[in-house]
Amino acid sequence: MTNLKGYKDIPIGGMITEAGNSEKYKTGDWRSLKPIWNEEGCVHCLMCWVFCPDTAIIVEDGKMKGINYDHCKGCGICARECPRKEKALYMVKEE
Amino acid sequence: MAAEQKRVAMTGNEAVAHCMRQIDPDVVAAYPITPQTDIVQYFSTFVSNGQVKTEFVTVESEHSAMSATLGASMAGARAMTATSSQGLALMWEVLHITSSYRAPVVMPVVNRALSGPINIHCDHSDTMGSLTTGWIQLYSESAQEAYDNLIQAVRIAEHPDVLLPVMVCQDGFITSHGIENLNLLPDETVKQFVGEYKPEHYLLDLENPITVGPLALQDYYTEVKYQQAKAMENAKQVILDVAAEYEKISGRKYGFFEAYKLDDAERAIVVLSSTAGTAKAVVDSLRARGEKVGLLKPRVLRPFPAKELVDALSSVQAVAIMDRADTFSTAGGQLFVEIRSALYESDKRPLMKNYILGLGGRDTTTREITKVYSDLAAALEKGRVEELITHLDVRE
Repeated sequence: MTNLKGYKDIPIGGMITEAGNSEKYKTGDWRSLKPIWNEEGCVHCLMCWVFCPDTAIIVEDGKMKGINYDHCKGCGICARECPRKEKALYMVKEE
Repeated sequence: MAAEQKRVAMTGNEAVAHCMRQIDPDVVAAYPITPQTDIVQYFSTFVSNGQVKTEFVTVESEHSAMSATLGASMAGARAMTATSSQGLALMWEVLHITSSYRAPVVMPVVNRALSGPINIHCDHSDTMGSLTTGWIQLYSESAQEAYDNLIQAVRIAEHPDVLLPVMVCQDGFITSHGIENLNLLPDETVKQFVGEYKPEHYLLDLENPITVGPLALQDYYTEVKYQQAKAMENAKQVILDVAAEYEKISGRKYGFFEAYKLDDAERAIVVLSSTAGTAKAVVDSLRARGEKVGLLKPRVLRPFPAKELVDALSSVQAVAIMDRADTFSTAGGQLFVEIRSALYESDKRPLMKNYILGLGGRDTTTREITKVYSDLAAALEKGRVEELITHLDVRE
């Protein structure tokens, strides 16, 4: 917790004085399992994109482009629903 | 210069209601409970007569009263409520939230025994149970003090170094329903003294949106609580500063406590609120017989003026601490354990004894107080206290 502010530098009463700052909150650090995407095995069916509860699957021009690890919580639903399974999406232990 | 004051005969509740009229808060959300009822009743009359601009919110419980008051305060309003006993107990979780959000809510509390057995009369079990809720607590001996404390409470609560809620306590029925003579300040003087509430951050400030009450876990909870502790520490100086300023407009002097004939006293009683009036009469009659007795009546219990109490009590040889509520710890009442603990830092420790008295409105008369002073004399003669905790006036 070295980057956290001291009691003098935060607003009183836990108040948040900066609107919309939840954008800065990276929920990805909750992850214990991490999805790995293998581009060669991917058929771009986008089932992972449909199921991801955190909209952490990055899609451009109708194609799977990667995973947003800042917000992926590692639930594994992408790997489970992937029709190509291990060939395209699989889970590993978070280091 | 002190303002010209109006001498009136009023009950403690009426005095408090008139004080609220003079403060003219933006929002009052309250639920009636004996013996606080008249405060809300009188105040609602002022609202319907158009004597105040207050938005008066009738609610279905004290939990809602405190919640609505807190919400109004965070929205940017000067918000007040009032309660007693079970009502205060029902507010419990919101009391903590109010102080931790740093909402400068001011709340008259008319002390009444907590159930059970069900009882409507005075003791201090209600507010003694809320000493750890982070509220500032002021105690009042008379209707005059309840009135004076309430005006000062607004300034203490809203001071930028403090921003904490304040309870202003008076004794149920004895003070709340007894008619006394007191001096009311002119409306304009009170209005000027309390000024306008200008919060730095508030929810209705649309230009600067804020969030109140978010989650703070292992990362920030400690820092928020420490801020609260620092604010309570700051309150000590603010309480004295506001009292000094108030003396200028009222001519009445306030501090952390009142020391009555304590300077050269060998024996002293420490007692809160209305019982202090009875005890002063005993001090006077014992003094007339040449006995060196005195009294200390705490006004401020939160923040606890530990150092000042030690200074005031170290020259006394024997002290009786009177608690109008039991803690059931078997180690004494709350006032007793706190004052005794404070005196641990002193080189001169007087003999100390605790009395639990006046529960559920049982009268404490000059007879009982006289006995307490003679118990102290006996302890001094023996050089020790035989019975540390005495439940006064219990039938066997």
